[in-house]
Amino acid sequence: MSSPGKPQGFPLPSSLRVVPGTEAAQAAYPYYMQFTAGDDQRFWFYNSMHFPEPMSAFDMVTAEAAYCALGAANTRVHCLPTTLGIDYRIINGRVYIGGNAVTDPAEIARRTTEFQNRAFYYYANWERLYAQWREKMLALIQDTRALPRPLLPEFEPIEHVHAGRGIASNHYLIDTYYKTLEGYFRMWHHHFEFLLLGYGAYMTFFAFCKKAFPEITDQTVARMVAGMEAEIFRPDEELRRLARCAVELGVDAHFQGSSSADSIIKTLQGAGSPGAAWLEELQSSREPWFNINVGDGFYHYHRSWNDDLSMPFTGIFDYIARVKSGEALERPVEKLQAERQQLIADYRELLGSDEERAAYDQMIALAHRVFPYVEGHKFYCEHWYTNLFFNKIREFGALLSAHGFFPQESDVFHLTHFELEAAIVDLMTSWSTGSAPRGPSRWPNIVAERRAAIAQWSKHDTPPALGPVPDIIDDPAIVMLWGITRESLDSWLKASGDGATDEIRGFAASSGVVEGPARVIKSVEDIGRLQSGDILVCQITNPSWAPIFQKILGAVSDLGGSMSHAAIVAREYGLPAVVGTGTATSRIKDGQRIRVDGGRGVVTILH
Amino acid sequence: MGGSEHISWFADLGLEHRASVGGKGGSLGELQRAHIAVPAGFVVTTGAFERCLEALERDLPVRSAIESLPADDLTQIAHTSKALRSRIEQAPLPPGVLDVISSAHARLCADHDSAVAVRSSATTEDAIDASFAGLQDTYLWVKGAAETARMVQLCWASLYSVESISYRRRRRIPEHSVAMAVVVQVMVDARSAGVMFTRSPTTGDRSVITVEGAWGLGSAVVGGEVTPDRWVIGKITGEISARATSDKTIQHVPRDTGGIVSLPVADDLRRAACMSDEELQRLRDIGRRVERHYGRAQDIEWAVQRSDGNILLLQSRPETVWSTREAAPLARAVDNPVEHVMSIFGGRS
Repeated sequence: MSSPGKPQGFPLPSSLRVVPGTEAAQAAYPYYMQFTAGDDQRFWFYNSMHFPEPMSAFDMVTAEAAYCALGAANTRVHCLPTTLGIDYRIINGRVYIGGNAVTDPAEIARRTTEFQNRAFYYYANWERLYAQWREKMLALIQDTRALPRPLLPEFEPIEHVHAGRGIASNHYLIDTYYKTLEGYFRMWHHHFEFLLLGYGAYMTFFAFCKKAFPEITDQTVARMVAGMEAEIFRPDEELRRLARCAVELGVDAHFQGSSSADSIIKTLQGAGSPGAAWLEELQSSREPWFNINVGDGFYHYHRSWNDDLSMPFTGIFDYIARVKSGEALERPVEKLQAERQQLIADYRELLGSDEERAAYDQMIALAHRVFPYVEGHKFYCEHWYTNLFFNKIREFGALLSAHGFFPQESDVFHLTHFELEAAIVDLMTSWSTGSAPRGPSRWPNIVAERRAAIAQWSKHDTPPALGPVPDIIDDPAIVMLWGITRESLDSWLKASGDGATDEIRGFAASSGVVEGPARVIKSVEDIGRLQSGDILVCQITNPSWAPIFQKILGAVSDLGGSMSHAAIVAREYGLPAVVGTGTATSRIKDGQRIRVDGGRGVVTILH
Repeated sequence: MGGSEHISWFADLGLEHRASVGGKGGSLGELQRAHIAVPAGFVVTTGAFERCLEALERDLPVRSAIESLPADDLTQIAHTSKALRSRIEQAPLPPGVLDVISSAHARLCADHDSAVAVRSSATTEDAIDASFAGLQDTYLWVKGAAETARMVQLCWASLYSVESISYRRRRRIPEHSVAMAVVVQVMVDARSAGVMFTRSPTTGDRSVITVEGAWGLGSAVVGGEVTPDRWVIGKITGEISARATSDKTIQHVPRDTGGIVSLPVADDLRRAACMSDEELQRLRDIGRRVERHYGRAQDIEWAVQRSDGNILLLQSRPETVWSTREAAPLARAVDNPVEHVMSIFGGRS
């Protein structure tokens, strides 16, 4: 990179090269997300928090839908005074994003008036609007679940004909596809309806605490605000419940670490009424709580626990051992709540005056008001809904694959959503004309080429940021959602300019010091490699990985803030964690011994 | 009071007795009252000092002579200081004072061999607005009643050190308000000792406790002769957010014949932390209790007793740097609490 002595900035977008041989795959992404010459004037950073791996052509729909909705909420709905939406670009499958600040004071003033008319109404009516939000979200989930599986019978079913339906099955392919895609774009609007306002209220309290107590750790503030019964804790709690059930029903011996979930279920089916009783409990946990992804839900291969029972069953197996060793697995919610109240009261007492205490009371009340949304929305949006969505697209993949468009159903994710629409129309047409579809002669080569490109891209590191470094980062969206500050950029610059140091700095997410072997997990499909006693090093940790948090010693991630769910779960498990290091996965080698100091936010490579 | 004339025992003292026992004496009594462990001891009150001064004033004026000194004339201050200190040190103890010191000493040191610390405790010392910290003398590892009484006189004399006089002249502190009491307490044979602030000395944060400590007696830390280990502990969370273990080359330990001596630290201990995490948590607990008792941040000297690992406090005084610097409230309650969010959304105006 740039001169090692005094790093001034990051590489310009125009200096980034598409990996040779992948030009066609790069060109497949829509024109509006390709870098252009003018982009060199702006600052961009790699959004490895949400998109830690190269994005396949279809999966880019997540960036499109999310930034459309985020931008709409900021720019047009709530009218944030100092920022508009987030622009995004893709190169080598990596998503770079850049803020769009408002700097003209007159415009800020105009937007402030709008903001107060809109956002303040939301804050004032938060509980009602959030209850309404849940209804909307659950209705959307129901609608999407009700969409038919896309199928093309040889002849239209006779009952359709006798009923005079008049619309043939091929039409329902595009109908279902449009509704599926529409639902995904709609879901992201729901996702951002409250998000910035929620984070903003939290950050207001957070910033006050940092001023009043300059050395307070981020995690302490998070502990004062975090809820105890958020949806995001439920999946893991269900595993504990199922483990207790298995022991109580006397079927725990059927759980063997080496057996697959399927074989355990088969054994239980033959284990009389206790086995049947446990399977019934399993069923009640699965809907909805196993609709949690093993990743953040932004990639088609972030399957859910329901799709792949091996993750929850590994968790249940480990929990059974703990139940049998006499451990009480219930989260002591009342005790945790009492501790939270005590923490709030203790810090309150330390404030300098009653005036400050009164302001503190107001700010924490607001943070508590918004936090159920901040913690709860992820389960409905990033987990439950994204899983439904990708599974529906997978059904199209199965249909197209059956008609020879490409070898496997998951190959569908190498088409952009525009291309997929074309392929569906192609299939609809051929079904109607009786001629062969054109797709089978077109897509297999393209899919192979794009699969190879993704494999190439994932072998190449990409700079954490591009373009000139702004003097200050005060875009509230970027600070809140990505935890990026001028200080973190300086540390990234330092890291890239001075690769020799053994220290990597990040946010202190969960305190404690551990040493152990690093397991560098670059893809969610790799998590099976984690062994007991490893330290997880990844681009982003995910709360649905909770079951593996039982066996690791600590966690390190490239991106994320102290209020990320990963940080919250790490604290729940008492695991030292450092997040937002920028470069941990590229600087730490798999198997290296490292020390994680979660209280200071420092990772040291010990060799 | 449990003591005789000129002597007050810690158990009978509190801050309200500062006029007669000085800041340090009042604070040690106050700590004991708050059930904080301090080394047992008594105070030779300002009454004894006044008797001594009365005798001197009969020969030559003392206080008025000091008050007539120009604050910026160090030569003249040095000259007056030298003469006055030698007068105090060489004057016979006022009648009866030696006896009460001797009998209190005997009561304190049932074991004849045990040593005491003799520490100045001026009446203006440790006041919130004018910290006299460290301006007067302390004598460690003093043995025997006679030696103790002599050190009491040296403490009295130290009220007229060049530094003390010029400090008072610069601040125009009237001399009649200044008197010297002297603390006599059992000497702690410290395995480790140091200081603790119940707020951050660097950021003023009230939610952290900063601890500095080194091997041996605390005098090496207070005197700056060793770079201490340093920890920052969350006052409420107990989390140790910073720890720096230094190379502690020397330590102060008692000398057989009395007094202290600076010795090199064994190689294997130089870079070893002088406090365990468990001890740090006990210190934190003590720091919180003391701060709660006083209702303000404290600057504390502590020691870990070598024999049993108990932590004793040698001193606690109000923190003076940040508490005099308190600014306007960081935020105030507003009619519509939602308006607070403008601090995030409103830009940097």
